[in-house]
Amino acid sequence: MSPILSVDHVGVRFGGLVAIADLHFDVHAGEIVSLIGPNGAGKTTAFNVMTGFLKPSQGEVRFRGTGLKGLQPHEITRLGLARTFQRTSVFPDDTVFDNVMIGLHRRGASGAAGTSRTPLLDALLGRAGASERALRARAAALLDWTGLGGRAQEKAGSLAYGEQRLVGVALALATEPAMLLLDEPVSGMNASETRVFVRLIRQIRERGITILLVEHDMPMVMEVSDRIVVLNYGRLIAEGPPEAIRSDPAVIEAYLGQGSAARRAAAEVREAAHA
Amino acid sequence: MSRLLPFALLAALAALPLALGTNPYLLNALIVTGILTIGAMSLNLLLGFTGQLSLGHIAFFGIGAYVSALTSLGFDVEIGFGYRVVHEPWPAAVGFLLAVVAAGLSGYLIGRLSFRVRGAYFVLVTISFAEVVRLVALNWVELTQGPLALTNIPAITLGLPGLGTWTLRTKLQNYYLVLGVGTLCWLVVASLVGSRFGRAMRGLKENESLALSVGINATRTLTVAAVISAAMAGAAGSLYAHYLRIIDPDVFLFSTTVSMVIMVVAGGKGTLMGPVIGGLIFGLLPVALRPVMAPEAQWIVYGLVLIVILFVMPRGIVPGLAALLARRSARAVPVLEASPEVQR
Repeated sequence: MSPILSVDHVGVRFGGLVAIADLHFDVHAGEIVSLIGPNGAGKTTAFNVMTGFLKPSQGEVRFRGTGLKGLQPHEITRLGLARTFQRTSVFPDDTVFDNVMIGLHRRGASGAAGTSRTPLLDALLGRAGASERALRARAAALLDWTGLGGRAQEKAGSLAYGEQRLVGVALALATEPAMLLLDEPVSGMNASETRVFVRLIRQIRERGITILLVEHDMPMVMEVSDRIVVLNYGRLIAEGPPEAIRSDPAVIEAYLGQGSAARRAAAEVREAAHA
Repeated sequence: MSRLLPFALLAALAALPLALGTNPYLLNALIVTGILTIGAMSLNLLLGFTGQLSLGHIAFFGIGAYVSALTSLGFDVEIGFGYRVVHEPWPAAVGFLLAVVAAGLSGYLIGRLSFRVRGAYFVLVTISFAEVVRLVALNWVELTQGPLALTNIPAITLGLPGLGTWTLRTKLQNYYLVLGVGTLCWLVVASLVGSRFGRAMRGLKENESLALSVGINATRTLTVAAVISAAMAGAAGSLYAHYLRIIDPDVFLFSTTVSMVIMVVAGGKGTLMGPVIGGLIFGLLPVALRPVMAPEAQWIVYGLVLIVILFVMPRGIVPGLAALLARRSARAVPVLEASPEVQR
């Protein structure tokens, strides 16, 4: 089976700084894959390359067989690859409902089923009736599905942190993606909010959407992922199912090796071996 | 209630000449104010709804004025290599349409040029563009008469098949023409803002990265907004030329752009009624002040009024009053909610 997303020897350099040295992995349709690594490992940079916000210095990302080189972010979204952002990212001055209406931009586009071919002319003539009603129904359904139905008429910027995250997910889902990239979706959420979110991720996968996740919450990552890709210093150091990653020495080294306690422990082990 | 406000205002403005009589001084002030207000509405489409500041907005206005005037006056110019372009006069109404098209095209050019980088670059490109166009109008004397001005511009003639034609020479006729075009522009902006296109503009203004990530094409959206905005400014310029019947390169004065910015910001940018309210206040303020003080003092009061408005209502008059009304009705709500409990 050919992968839905393939990251093909991608490198990103900012001047002399190497953010990603050489990243190479595939994601298959229907998978939930997590991309993990210590802070500064290049995870968000990788997301930005995949979604066209950054141009890679080398290599290429392919999505459903299409090379993404030179494509703008909005063009990549139209191919069916959507993302959320690390910090809360909503349209703060609009209601939650209008946020989703903005997110449904693609669905109101000319050529989409049940819509007009001349949206601008429709707007000028005030003729958007039928397709506009369909959009509103769609927005309401999406809000109910993500559990935000009760917040529809509130300003998105005034919602609690976790709820703004959900708005971000609803916005990404509004583009009807085949694959969703989630950038640290549960950071700052409490345990029960995280549990609800894990359920949501599974429901999204049940809708046939492939998921690539960047996350620091290790228990959550271990619970939800089919496969984990580990980055350190812009380089892939391990890849495999959660059980394998948990006991991978390179991963343990990457996460614990920088701490002085761990280094002391490692040194003690070496000394004991010499003695 | 706020939904009825535009209709109430339109009715009041339509009835205004009946109340004022045909005082030519007042009607003139109202017409010029109306034309500037159309300019302010067009500026608001960019500044208020996309967040892009066009500080050369007067260029589109002036292009509209010159294109309309030259179309209806005709011209005969040499364009080099011995070629001449000769244009016989066309009806002023055709000039109006060409003014809208020409201004829209220049909006497209400016948008294409500067929206890849945006922000401060857009401000600079628009200022330079306005200055370049002004210099052309000033120095291409064979076409524009330069500082000698284009004179004897014909008034707009409207005709309905079977009903005859009217040449709009009187101030009263021009007042209703400006009111009609203004209403049309208002409707265009209102329906755009409530549409998918309007949501794309809002999305880009509030959170550009997020807007891109939901598939909104930033360059295209902003360029279309610039085209529509410029076309509306061009319509206002055309009205100006055919009303005054004389234009010179002073139509490109930077201070007129500043007046439009003041109207938009004081009235409330990003609101439908903001530029109309701001336009009426700052357009008619000099009329109200003229009988009681010297021109120098008028400008001081003009500035003070602006400062006071923005001090009391930083987001402008319309959002400020809306917030005030919302607070008052919020105070009323608990009473309403309590009443079923009381009945039980």
